[in-house]
Amino acid sequence: MAEAAAKREAPKREPRGWHEMTVRIGKGVVGTGYDAFDTLVFAGHLLIVLAKSVINPMRIRWASVFSLAERAGLDAIPIVAVTSFFIGAVVGLLGANMLREFGAQVFAVELIGVAVLREFNILITAILLAGRSASSFAAEIGSMKMNQEVDAMKVMGVDPFEALVFPRFMALLVTIPLLTFVATLAGLCGGLAVTWSVLDIGPSFFFQRILEYVGPTHFWVGLSKAPIMAIVIAGIGCRQGMEVGGDVESLGRRVTAAVVHAIFAIIMIDAAFALLYMELDI
Amino acid sequence: MTDLAPLPDTPNDAERDDFVIEVEGLRSQFGDHVVHEDLNLNVRRGEVVAVVGGSGSGKSVLLNSIIGLKVPEGGTVKVFGQDVSRGREDGGLERRWGVLFQHGALFSNLTVRENIEAPMREHTRLSVREMEELADLKIALVGLRPDAGALKPSELSGGMRKRAALARALALDPDLLFLDEPTAGLDPIGAGAFDELIRDLSDSLHLTVFMITHDLDSLYTITDRVAVIADKKVVAEAPVAELESSDHPWIQEYFLGPRGRAAAKATAQGSRA
Repeated sequence: MAEAAAKREAPKREPRGWHEMTVRIGKGVVGTGYDAFDTLVFAGHLLIVLAKSVINPMRIRWASVFSLAERAGLDAIPIVAVTSFFIGAVVGLLGANMLREFGAQVFAVELIGVAVLREFNILITAILLAGRSASSFAAEIGSMKMNQEVDAMKVMGVDPFEALVFPRFMALLVTIPLLTFVATLAGLCGGLAVTWSVLDIGPSFFFQRILEYVGPTHFWVGLSKAPIMAIVIAGIGCRQGMEVGGDVESLGRRVTAAVVHAIFAIIMIDAAFALLYMELDI
Repeated sequence: MTDLAPLPDTPNDAERDDFVIEVEGLRSQFGDHVVHEDLNLNVRRGEVVAVVGGSGSGKSVLLNSIIGLKVPEGGTVKVFGQDVSRGREDGGLERRWGVLFQHGALFSNLTVRENIEAPMREHTRLSVREMEELADLKIALVGLRPDAGALKPSELSGGMRKRAALARALALDPDLLFLDEPTAGLDPIGAGAFDELIRDLSDSLHLTVFMITHDLDSLYTITDRVAVIADKKVVAEAPVAELESSDHPWIQEYFLGPRGRAAAKATAQGSRA
Protein backbone atom coordinates (compact mmCIF):
# COMPACT_ATOMS: atom_id res chain seq x y z
CA MET A 1 0.00 0.00 0.00
CA ALA A 2 2.67 2.48 1.04
CA GLU A 3 4.61 1.61 -2.09
CA ALA A 4 1.64 2.27 -4.32
CA ALA A 5 1.01 5.60 -2.64
CA ALA A 6 4.63 6.63 -3.13
CA LYS A 7 4.35 5.74 -6.80
CA ARG A 8 1.26 7.86 -7.24
CA GLU A 9 3.01 10.90 -5.75
CA ALA A 10 6.02 10.46 -7.99
CA PRO A 11 4.96 12.61 -11.02
CA LYS A 12 6.18 16.13 -10.31
CA ARG A 13 3.92 19.14 -10.48
CA GLU A 14 4.02 20.98 -13.81
CA PRO A 15 5.94 24.24 -13.35
CA ARG A 16 3.66 27.27 -13.27
CA GLY A 17 3.98 31.03 -13.63
CA TRP A 18 7.41 32.45 -12.86
CA HIS A 19 8.91 28.98 -12.62
CA GLU A 20 7.51 28.03 -16.03
CA MET A 21 9.01 31.16 -17.57
CA THR A 22 12.46 30.36 -16.22
CA VAL A 23 12.13 26.82 -17.58
CA ARG A 24 11.24 28.17 -21.02
CA ILE A 25 14.11 30.65 -21.02
CA GLY A 26 16.46 27.86 -19.99
CA LYS A 27 15.20 25.62 -22.78
CA GLY A 28 15.66 28.46 -25.28
CA VAL A 29 19.25 29.05 -24.20
CA VAL A 30 20.13 25.37 -24.32
CA GLY A 31 18.40 25.09 -27.70
CA THR A 32 20.48 27.96 -29.08
CA GLY A 33 23.60 26.18 -27.91
CA TYR A 34 22.57 22.95 -29.65
CA ASP A 35 21.69 24.95 -32.77
CA ALA A 36 25.13 26.52 -32.85
CA PHE A 37 26.72 23.11 -32.47
CA ASP A 38 24.56 21.66 -35.26
CA THR A 39 25.53 24.55 -37.53
CA LEU A 40 29.18 23.68 -36.95
CA VAL A 41 28.47 20.02 -37.74
CA PHE A 42 26.69 21.09 -40.93
CA ALA A 43 29.57 23.34 -41.97
CA GLY A 44 32.10 20.62 -41.21
CA HIS A 45 30.23 18.03 -43.22
CA LEU A 46 29.99 20.46 -46.11
CA LEU A 47 33.72 21.20 -45.98
CA ILE A 48 34.48 17.49 -46.18
CA VAL A 49 32.24 17.14 -49.23
CA LEU A 50 33.92 20.20 -50.73
CA ALA A 51 37.36 18.69 -50.20
CA LYS A 52 36.24 15.39 -51.76
CA SER A 53 34.78 17.24 -54.73
CA VAL A 54 37.97 19.24 -55.27
CA ILE A 55 40.02 16.05 -55.23
CA ASN A 56 37.63 14.27 -57.56
CA PRO A 57 35.39 16.63 -59.58
CA MET A 58 33.60 13.61 -61.07
CA ARG A 59 31.84 13.24 -57.71
CA ILE A 60 29.97 16.50 -58.25
CA ARG A 61 26.45 15.93 -59.55
CA TRP A 62 26.70 18.27 -62.49
CA ALA A 63 23.23 17.52 -63.85
CA SER A 64 21.77 18.60 -60.54
CA VAL A 65 24.00 21.69 -60.38
CA PHE A 66 22.90 22.87 -63.82
CA SER A 67 19.22 22.24 -63.32
CA LEU A 68 19.32 24.07 -59.98
CA ALA A 69 21.33 26.91 -61.50
CA GLU A 70 18.62 27.27 -64.10
CA ARG A 71 15.81 27.27 -61.56
CA ALA A 72 17.49 29.42 -58.92
CA GLY A 73 19.44 31.70 -61.24
CA LEU A 74 18.18 31.96 -64.79
CA ASP A 75 14.51 31.96 -63.80
CA ALA A 76 15.19 34.72 -61.26
CA ILE A 77 16.54 37.18 -63.83
CA PRO A 78 13.22 38.96 -64.56
CA ILE A 79 12.31 39.60 -60.94
CA VAL A 80 15.84 40.66 -60.01
CA ALA A 81 16.10 42.98 -63.03
CA VAL A 82 12.71 44.61 -62.54
CA THR A 83 13.17 45.11 -58.80
CA SER A 84 16.58 46.70 -59.07
CA PHE A 85 15.43 48.82 -62.02
CA PHE A 86 12.84 50.41 -59.76
CA ILE A 87 15.24 50.75 -56.84
CA GLY A 88 17.67 52.54 -59.14
CA ALA A 89 14.87 54.79 -60.35
CA VAL A 90 13.72 55.64 -56.82
CA VAL A 91 17.26 56.49 -55.70
CA GLY A 92 17.61 58.64 -58.80
CA LEU A 93 14.36 60.44 -58.17
CA LEU A 94 15.07 61.17 -54.51
CA GLY A 95 18.60 62.29 -55.34
CA ALA A 96 17.49 64.49 -58.20
CA ASN A 97 14.83 66.25 -56.15
CA MET A 98 17.05 66.86 -53.13
CA LEU A 99 20.16 67.87 -55.03
CA ARG A 100 18.22 70.21 -57.28
CA GLU A 101 17.64 72.46 -54.25
CA PHE A 102 21.39 73.07 -54.13
CA GLY A 103 21.69 73.24 -57.89
CA ALA A 104 23.81 70.12 -57.75
CA GLN A 105 21.43 67.82 -59.56
CA VAL A 106 24.25 66.47 -61.68
CA PHE A 107 25.56 64.63 -58.60
CA ALA A 108 22.45 62.45 -58.76
CA VAL A 109 24.42 60.35 -61.24
CA GLU A 110 27.14 59.66 -58.65
CA LEU A 111 24.51 58.92 -56.06
CA ILE A 112 22.84 56.38 -58.34
CA GLY A 113 26.19 54.90 -59.32
CA VAL A 114 27.49 54.40 -55.80
CA ALA A 115 24.18 53.20 -54.40
CA VAL A 116 23.53 50.69 -57.17
CA LEU A 117 27.08 49.45 -57.75
CA ARG A 118 28.03 49.14 -54.13
CA GLU A 119 24.93 48.19 -52.19
CA PHE A 120 21.66 47.70 -53.97
CA ASN A 121 22.75 45.30 -56.69
CA ILE A 122 23.90 42.63 -54.25
CA LEU A 123 21.38 43.44 -51.55
CA ILE A 124 18.36 43.20 -53.85
CA THR A 125 19.68 40.02 -55.47
CA ALA A 126 20.44 38.39 -52.15
CA ILE A 127 17.14 39.31 -50.52
CA LEU A 128 15.12 38.16 -53.52
CA LEU A 129 17.02 34.89 -53.64
CA ALA A 130 16.57 34.43 -49.91
CA GLY A 131 12.84 34.63 -50.48
CA ARG A 132 12.93 32.58 -53.64
CA SER A 133 15.64 29.98 -53.20
CA ALA A 134 16.31 29.62 -49.49
CA SER A 135 12.63 28.82 -49.01
CA SER A 136 12.45 26.40 -51.93
CA PHE A 137 15.66 24.65 -50.81
CA ALA A 138 14.27 24.24 -47.32
CA ALA A 139 10.90 23.03 -48.62
CA GLU A 140 12.39 20.60 -51.14
CA ILE A 141 14.87 19.02 -48.78
CA GLY A 142 12.35 19.12 -45.94
CA SER A 143 9.65 17.30 -47.86
CA MET A 144 12.21 14.75 -49.03
CA LYS A 145 13.07 14.22 -45.39
CA MET A 146 9.43 13.81 -44.42
CA ASN A 147 8.93 11.29 -47.21
CA GLN A 148 12.01 9.32 -45.99
CA GLU A 149 13.68 9.99 -49.35
CA VAL A 150 16.74 11.24 -47.51
CA ASP A 151 16.83 8.00 -45.51
CA ALA A 152 16.43 6.02 -48.73
CA MET A 153 19.44 7.88 -50.10
CA LYS A 154 21.51 7.10 -47.04
CA VAL A 155 20.77 3.37 -47.10
CA MET A 156 21.65 3.41 -50.80
CA GLY A 157 25.07 4.69 -49.78
CA VAL A 158 24.50 8.20 -51.10
CA ASP A 159 25.55 11.10 -48.89
CA PRO A 160 22.64 13.58 -48.90
CA PHE A 161 25.16 16.39 -48.52
CA GLU A 162 26.75 15.36 -51.77
CA ALA A 163 23.49 14.80 -53.62
CA LEU A 164 21.30 17.57 -52.22
CA VAL A 165 23.23 20.25 -50.36
CA PHE A 166 26.41 20.64 -52.37
CA PRO A 167 24.72 21.13 -55.78
CA ARG A 168 22.61 23.89 -54.25
CA PHE A 169 25.73 25.63 -52.98
CA MET A 170 27.39 25.33 -56.36
CA ALA A 171 24.30 26.60 -58.17
CA LEU A 172 24.05 29.74 -56.04
CA LEU A 173 27.81 30.34 -56.04
CA VAL A 174 27.70 30.50 -59.82
CA THR A 175 24.44 32.35 -60.30
CA ILE A 176 24.43 35.01 -57.57
CA PRO A 177 27.45 36.91 -58.96
CA LEU A 178 25.87 36.77 -62.42
CA LEU A 179 22.53 37.94 -61.09
CA THR A 180 24.33 40.73 -59.25
CA PHE A 181 25.75 41.88 -62.56
CA VAL A 182 22.27 41.82 -64.11
CA ALA A 183 20.92 43.77 -61.14
CA THR A 184 23.70 46.35 -61.57
CA LEU A 185 22.81 46.95 -65.21
CA ALA A 186 19.09 47.12 -64.44
CA GLY A 187 19.64 49.50 -61.51
CA LEU A 188 21.74 51.84 -63.61
CA CYS A 189 19.10 51.77 -66.34
CA GLY A 190 16.47 52.68 -63.78
CA GLY A 191 18.57 55.58 -62.58
CA LEU A 192 19.25 56.64 -66.14
CA ALA A 193 15.54 56.60 -66.97
CA VAL A 194 14.94 59.10 -64.17
CA THR A 195 17.89 61.38 -64.84
CA TRP A 196 17.06 61.40 -68.51
CA SER A 197 13.40 62.27 -68.05
CA VAL A 198 13.62 64.54 -64.97
CA LEU A 199 17.07 66.12 -65.24
CA ASP A 200 17.58 65.78 -68.96
CA ILE A 201 20.88 63.95 -68.46
CA GLY A 202 21.30 61.59 -71.43
CA PRO A 203 22.93 58.16 -71.57
CA SER A 204 26.31 59.25 -72.91
CA PHE A 205 26.80 61.89 -70.22
CA PHE A 206 25.38 59.53 -67.57
CA PHE A 207 27.72 56.66 -68.34
CA GLN A 208 30.73 58.89 -68.83
CA ARG A 209 30.16 60.43 -65.43
CA ILE A 210 29.72 56.98 -63.89
CA LEU A 211 33.02 55.89 -65.40
CA GLU A 212 34.92 58.99 -64.33
CA TYR A 213 33.49 59.76 -60.91
CA VAL A 214 32.25 56.41 -59.64
CA GLY A 215 34.66 53.94 -61.18
CA PRO A 216 34.86 50.18 -61.13
CA THR A 217 36.03 49.90 -57.48
CA HIS A 218 32.49 50.28 -56.22
CA PHE A 219 31.34 47.54 -58.55
CA TRP A 220 33.99 45.14 -57.26
CA VAL A 221 33.08 46.02 -53.69
CA GLY A 222 29.49 45.05 -54.43
CA LEU A 223 30.46 41.90 -56.25
CA SER A 224 32.90 40.81 -53.54
CA LYS A 225 29.95 40.19 -51.25
CA ALA A 226 28.20 37.90 -53.72
CA PRO A 227 29.93 34.60 -52.86
CA ILE A 228 29.39 35.18 -49.14
CA MET A 229 25.71 35.87 -49.75
CA ALA A 230 25.45 32.72 -51.88
CA ILE A 231 26.96 30.61 -49.12
CA VAL A 232 24.66 32.14 -46.52
CA ILE A 233 21.49 31.68 -48.56
CA ALA A 234 22.24 28.11 -49.65
CA GLY A 235 23.55 27.21 -46.21
CA ILE A 236 20.56 28.49 -44.28
CA GLY A 237 18.06 27.05 -46.77
CA CYS A 238 19.61 23.59 -46.83
CA ARG A 239 20.28 23.43 -43.13
CA GLN A 240 16.72 24.33 -42.23
CA GLY A 241 15.53 21.73 -44.74
CA MET A 242 17.67 19.04 -43.14
CA GLU A 243 16.24 19.92 -39.72
CA VAL A 244 12.66 19.14 -40.77
CA GLY A 245 11.16 16.39 -38.66
CA GLY A 246 8.33 14.06 -39.53
CA ASP A 247 5.42 16.48 -39.37
CA VAL A 248 3.99 19.16 -41.62
CA GLU A 249 4.14 21.79 -38.90
CA SER A 250 7.90 21.54 -38.64
CA LEU A 251 8.16 21.89 -42.43
CA GLY A 252 6.25 25.17 -42.33
CA ARG A 253 8.27 26.41 -39.38
CA ARG A 254 11.58 25.53 -41.01
CA VAL A 255 10.72 27.15 -44.34
CA THR A 256 9.73 30.36 -42.56
CA ALA A 257 12.89 30.20 -40.47
CA ALA A 258 14.98 29.74 -43.62
CA VAL A 259 13.69 32.97 -45.16
CA VAL A 260 13.78 35.03 -41.98
CA HIS A 261 17.25 33.86 -40.95
CA ALA A 262 18.62 34.32 -44.46
CA ILE A 263 17.36 37.90 -44.81
CA PHE A 264 18.57 38.77 -41.33
CA ALA A 265 22.00 37.29 -42.06
CA ILE A 266 22.23 39.10 -45.41
CA ILE A 267 21.60 42.49 -43.86
CA MET A 268 23.98 41.84 -40.96
CA ILE A 269 26.71 40.71 -43.32
CA ASP A 270 26.16 43.71 -45.56
CA ALA A 271 26.53 46.01 -42.56
CA ALA A 272 29.70 44.21 -41.51
CA PHE A 273 31.12 44.61 -45.01
CA ALA A 274 30.23 48.31 -45.03
CA LEU A 275 32.22 48.80 -41.81
CA LEU A 276 35.08 46.66 -43.05
CA TYR A 277 35.43 48.53 -46.34
CA MET A 278 35.13 51.86 -44.55
CA GLU A 279 38.03 50.91 -42.29
CA LEU A 280 40.00 49.76 -45.31
CA ASP A 281 39.20 53.04 -47.07
CA ILE A 282 37.84 51.39 -50.16
CA MET B 1 41.67 -34.52 -29.27
CA THR B 2 42.23 -34.09 -32.98
CA ASP B 3 41.51 -31.18 -35.23
CA LEU B 4 39.02 -33.27 -37.13
CA ALA B 5 36.59 -33.57 -34.29
CA PRO B 6 35.24 -30.23 -33.14
CA LEU B 7 33.19 -30.19 -29.98
CA PRO B 8 29.56 -30.74 -30.92
CA ASP B 9 28.22 -27.82 -28.91
CA THR B 10 30.41 -25.03 -30.24
CA PRO B 11 29.21 -23.66 -33.55
CA ASN B 12 31.90 -23.99 -36.17
CA ASP B 13 32.96 -21.11 -38.37
CA ALA B 14 30.68 -21.97 -41.25
CA GLU B 15 27.67 -21.87 -38.98
CA ARG B 16 28.68 -18.60 -37.38
CA ASP B 17 29.22 -17.05 -40.80
CA ASP B 18 25.66 -17.84 -41.64
CA PHE B 19 24.34 -15.03 -39.48
CA VAL B 20 23.49 -12.19 -41.81
CA ILE B 21 22.35 -9.83 -39.08
CA GLU B 22 23.83 -9.91 -35.61
CA VAL B 23 22.52 -7.52 -32.98
CA GLU B 24 24.23 -7.79 -29.63
CA GLY B 25 23.43 -5.93 -26.44
CA LEU B 26 21.78 -3.10 -28.36
CA ARG B 27 20.89 -0.06 -26.31
CA SER B 28 18.89 2.79 -27.84
CA GLN B 29 17.64 5.83 -26.07
CA PHE B 30 16.25 9.26 -26.80
CA GLY B 31 17.14 11.62 -23.98
CA ASP B 32 16.08 9.81 -20.82
CA HIS B 33 13.72 7.51 -22.64
CA VAL B 34 15.28 4.09 -23.08
CA VAL B 35 13.81 2.19 -26.02
CA HIS B 36 16.04 -0.88 -26.10
CA GLU B 37 18.12 -2.37 -23.34
CA ASP B 38 20.43 -5.28 -23.98
CA LEU B 39 18.55 -6.41 -27.08
CA ASN B 40 19.91 -9.44 -28.94
CA LEU B 41 18.75 -10.70 -32.30
CA ASN B 42 20.31 -12.86 -34.99
CA VAL B 43 19.07 -13.58 -38.48
CA ARG B 44 20.43 -16.48 -40.49
CA ARG B 45 21.01 -16.52 -44.21
CA GLY B 46 17.88 -17.32 -46.21
CA GLU B 47 15.47 -16.76 -43.35
CA VAL B 48 12.36 -14.62 -43.45
CA VAL B 49 12.19 -13.01 -40.03
CA ALA B 50 9.49 -10.65 -38.84
CA VAL B 51 9.65 -8.34 -35.86
CA VAL B 52 6.42 -7.61 -34.05
CA GLY B 53 5.68 -5.51 -31.00
CA GLY B 54 3.23 -2.97 -29.67
CA SER B 55 3.40 0.57 -30.97
CA GLY B 56 6.23 2.48 -29.33
CA SER B 57 8.11 -0.74 -28.60
CA GLY B 58 10.93 0.38 -30.89
CA LYS B 59 10.53 -1.77 -33.98
CA SER B 60 11.39 1.08 -36.33
CA VAL B 61 14.25 2.18 -34.10
CA LEU B 62 15.63 -1.35 -34.33
CA LEU B 63 15.36 -1.29 -38.12
CA ASN B 64 17.01 2.13 -38.28
CA SER B 65 19.85 0.89 -36.07
CA ILE B 66 20.43 -2.11 -38.32
CA ILE B 67 20.47 -0.13 -41.56
CA GLY B 68 22.71 2.53 -40.06
CA LEU B 69 20.28 5.44 -39.90
CA LYS B 70 20.60 5.62 -36.13
CA VAL B 71 23.79 5.19 -34.18
CA PRO B 72 23.04 2.94 -31.20
CA GLU B 73 23.88 4.19 -27.71
CA GLY B 74 25.43 0.85 -26.87
CA GLY B 75 26.03 -2.64 -28.16
CA THR B 76 26.98 -3.70 -31.67
CA VAL B 77 25.05 -4.22 -34.86
CA LYS B 78 26.70 -6.28 -37.54
CA VAL B 79 25.38 -6.97 -41.02
CA PHE B 80 27.32 -9.47 -43.12
CA GLY B 81 29.87 -9.40 -40.31
CA GLN B 82 30.52 -5.67 -40.71
CA ASP B 83 29.86 -3.20 -37.93
CA VAL B 84 27.19 -0.86 -39.26
CA SER B 85 27.86 2.14 -37.05
CA ARG B 86 31.55 2.34 -37.94
CA GLY B 87 32.49 4.58 -40.84
CA ARG B 88 32.20 2.68 -44.09
CA GLU B 89 33.65 4.10 -47.25
CA ASP B 90 33.45 1.36 -49.82
CA GLY B 91 29.65 1.13 -49.94
CA GLY B 92 30.00 -2.65 -49.69
CA LEU B 93 26.99 -3.07 -47.44
CA GLU B 94 24.71 -0.80 -49.43
CA ARG B 95 25.25 -2.91 -52.52
CA ARG B 96 24.15 -6.03 -50.70
CA TRP B 97 20.97 -4.81 -49.05
CA GLY B 98 17.74 -3.30 -50.23
CA VAL B 99 15.32 -1.37 -48.07
CA LEU B 100 11.60 -0.92 -48.62
CA PHE B 101 10.41 1.99 -46.49
CA GLN B 102 6.92 2.14 -45.10
CA HIS B 103 5.63 4.69 -47.59
CA GLY B 104 7.97 3.63 -50.36
CA ALA B 105 10.22 6.71 -50.13
CA LEU B 106 10.51 6.83 -53.91
CA PHE B 107 12.34 9.91 -55.14
CA SER B 108 9.39 12.08 -56.08
CA ASN B 109 11.14 14.05 -58.82
CA LEU B 110 12.18 10.92 -60.73
CA THR B 111 10.10 8.44 -62.72
CA VAL B 112 9.73 4.86 -61.51
CA ARG B 113 12.37 3.68 -63.97
CA GLU B 114 14.82 6.40 -62.89
CA ASN B 115 14.13 5.48 -59.28
CA ILE B 116 15.12 1.89 -59.96
CA GLU B 117 18.18 3.06 -61.89
CA ALA B 118 19.32 5.33 -59.05
CA PRO B 119 21.12 2.63 -57.01
CA MET B 120 22.66 1.23 -60.19
CA ARG B 121 23.94 4.65 -61.13
CA GLU B 122 25.56 4.96 -57.70
CA HIS B 123 27.20 1.59 -57.49
CA THR B 124 27.75 0.22 -60.99
CA ARG B 125 29.25 1.33 -64.26
CA LEU B 126 26.48 0.00 -66.48
CA SER B 127 25.61 1.82 -69.66
CA VAL B 128 22.37 3.76 -69.89
CA ARG B 129 20.81 1.08 -72.09
CA GLU B 130 21.76 -1.74 -69.74
CA MET B 131 20.36 0.13 -66.77
CA GLU B 132 17.09 0.73 -68.61
CA GLU B 133 16.79 -2.93 -69.53
CA LEU B 134 17.55 -4.03 -65.98
CA ALA B 135 15.04 -1.54 -64.60
CA ASP B 136 12.35 -2.87 -66.94
CA LEU B 137 13.21 -6.36 -65.79
CA LYS B 138 12.74 -5.35 -62.15
CA ILE B 139 9.46 -3.65 -63.00
CA ALA B 140 8.21 -6.91 -64.48
CA LEU B 141 9.61 -8.88 -61.55
CA VAL B 142 7.46 -7.06 -59.00
CA GLY B 143 4.38 -7.38 -61.18
CA LEU B 144 3.97 -3.83 -62.44
CA ARG B 145 2.75 -3.06 -65.94
CA PRO B 146 5.60 -2.17 -68.35
CA ASP B 147 4.23 1.34 -68.89
CA ALA B 148 4.48 2.07 -65.16
CA GLY B 149 8.18 2.78 -65.67
CA ALA B 150 7.52 6.19 -67.20
CA LEU B 151 5.19 7.33 -64.41
CA LYS B 152 6.06 9.59 -61.50
CA PRO B 153 5.51 8.21 -57.99
CA SER B 154 2.66 10.67 -57.45
CA GLU B 155 0.76 9.05 -60.32
CA LEU B 156 0.87 5.60 -58.73
CA SER B 157 -1.63 4.01 -56.38
CA GLY B 158 -0.51 2.93 -52.90
CA GLY B 159 -0.04 -0.70 -53.92
CA MET B 160 1.85 0.18 -57.09
CA ARG B 161 4.08 2.55 -55.16
CA LYS B 162 5.05 -0.27 -52.80
CA ARG B 163 5.82 -2.53 -55.72
CA ALA B 164 7.89 0.18 -57.39
CA ALA B 165 9.78 0.74 -54.15
CA LEU B 166 10.34 -3.00 -53.88
CA ALA B 167 11.73 -2.98 -57.43
CA ARG B 168 14.16 -0.26 -56.38
CA ALA B 169 15.14 -2.23 -53.28
CA LEU B 170 15.91 -5.18 -55.55
CA ALA B 171 17.79 -3.07 -58.12
CA LEU B 172 21.25 -4.33 -57.19
CA ASP B 173 20.17 -7.96 -56.65
CA PRO B 174 20.68 -7.75 -52.89
CA ASP B 175 21.13 -10.72 -50.56
CA LEU B 176 19.24 -9.03 -47.78
CA LEU B 177 15.92 -7.24 -47.94
CA PHE B 178 14.49 -4.98 -45.24
CA LEU B 179 10.78 -4.35 -45.26
CA ASP B 180 9.15 -1.73 -43.05
CA GLU B 181 5.45 -2.57 -42.69
CA PRO B 182 5.16 -3.85 -46.26
CA THR B 183 1.41 -4.42 -46.17
CA ALA B 184 0.39 -1.36 -44.15
CA GLY B 185 -2.08 0.80 -46.04
CA LEU B 186 -3.01 -1.92 -48.54
CA ASP B 187 -6.44 -3.49 -48.81
CA PRO B 188 -6.64 -7.17 -47.74
CA ILE B 189 -6.46 -8.48 -51.31
CA GLY B 190 -3.54 -6.23 -52.19
CA ALA B 191 -1.82 -7.15 -48.92
CA GLY B 192 -2.26 -10.85 -49.64
CA ALA B 193 -0.85 -10.44 -53.14
CA PHE B 194 2.09 -8.48 -51.78
CA ASP B 195 2.81 -11.18 -49.17
CA GLU B 196 2.79 -13.76 -51.91
CA LEU B 197 5.14 -11.65 -54.02
CA ILE B 198 7.62 -11.35 -51.17
CA ARG B 199 7.48 -15.08 -50.46
CA ASP B 200 8.01 -15.89 -54.15
CA LEU B 201 10.89 -13.46 -54.48
CA SER B 202 12.60 -14.58 -51.30
CA ASP B 203 12.35 -18.22 -52.43
CA SER B 204 13.47 -17.69 -56.00
CA LEU B 205 16.18 -15.09 -55.32
CA HIS B 206 17.36 -16.75 -52.07
CA LEU B 207 16.81 -13.55 -50.14
CA THR B 208 17.15 -13.07 -46.46
CA VAL B 209 14.20 -10.94 -45.41
CA PHE B 210 13.96 -8.86 -42.27
CA MET B 211 10.57 -7.28 -41.87
CA ILE B 212 8.59 -5.20 -39.44
CA THR B 213 4.90 -5.85 -39.52
CA HIS B 214 1.61 -5.54 -37.76
CA ASP B 215 -0.11 -7.84 -40.19
CA LEU B 216 -0.94 -11.19 -38.60
CA ASP B 217 -1.71 -12.69 -42.00
CA SER B 218 1.82 -11.89 -43.16
CA LEU B 219 3.23 -13.56 -40.08
CA TYR B 220 1.36 -16.76 -40.77
CA THR B 221 1.95 -16.88 -44.52
CA ILE B 222 5.50 -15.77 -45.16
CA THR B 223 7.70 -15.81 -42.06
CA ASP B 224 10.04 -18.55 -40.93
CA ARG B 225 10.57 -16.97 -37.55
CA VAL B 226 9.05 -14.15 -35.55
CA ALA B 227 10.86 -12.01 -33.00
CA VAL B 228 8.68 -10.32 -30.43
CA ILE B 229 9.87 -7.04 -28.89
CA ALA B 230 8.45 -6.16 -25.51
CA ASP B 231 9.95 -4.73 -22.33
CA LYS B 232 12.83 -3.17 -24.33
CA LYS B 233 14.18 -6.49 -25.59
CA VAL B 234 13.38 -9.49 -27.71
CA VAL B 235 11.25 -11.62 -25.42
CA ALA B 236 10.65 -14.47 -27.83
CA GLU B 237 12.09 -15.70 -31.12
CA ALA B 238 10.35 -18.65 -32.72
CA PRO B 239 8.13 -19.77 -35.58
CA VAL B 240 4.58 -18.47 -35.28
CA ALA B 241 3.13 -21.85 -34.35
CA GLU B 242 5.43 -22.05 -31.33
CA LEU B 243 4.73 -18.50 -30.27
CA GLU B 244 1.05 -19.29 -29.92
CA SER B 245 1.87 -21.47 -26.96
CA SER B 246 4.07 -18.86 -25.28
CA ASP B 247 2.99 -17.72 -21.85
CA HIS B 248 4.18 -14.12 -22.19
CA PRO B 249 1.07 -11.97 -21.59
CA TRP B 250 1.62 -9.64 -24.56
CA ILE B 251 2.22 -12.53 -26.97
CA GLN B 252 -0.87 -14.34 -25.72
CA GLU B 253 -2.99 -11.28 -26.20
CA TYR B 254 -1.50 -10.70 -29.65
CA PHE B 255 -1.87 -14.19 -31.07
CA LEU B 256 -4.85 -15.45 -29.15
CA GLY B 257 -6.99 -12.33 -29.52
CA PRO B 258 -9.85 -12.49 -32.04
CA ARG B 259 -7.69 -11.23 -34.92
CA GLY B 260 -4.89 -13.65 -34.18
CA ARG B 261 -7.26 -16.60 -34.03
CA ALA B 262 -8.84 -15.63 -37.34
CA ALA B 263 -5.44 -15.44 -39.05
CA ALA B 264 -4.37 -18.78 -37.59
CA LYS B 265 -7.62 -20.40 -38.68
CA ALA B 266 -7.27 -19.03 -42.20
CA THR B 267 -3.77 -20.45 -42.49
CA ALA B 268 -4.84 -23.82 -41.15
CA GLN B 269 -7.67 -23.98 -43.66
CA GLY B 270 -5.39 -22.85 -46.44
CA SER B 271 -2.88 -25.61 -45.74
CA ARG B 272 -5.62 -28.23 -45.50
CA ALA B 273 -7.12 -27.28 -48.84
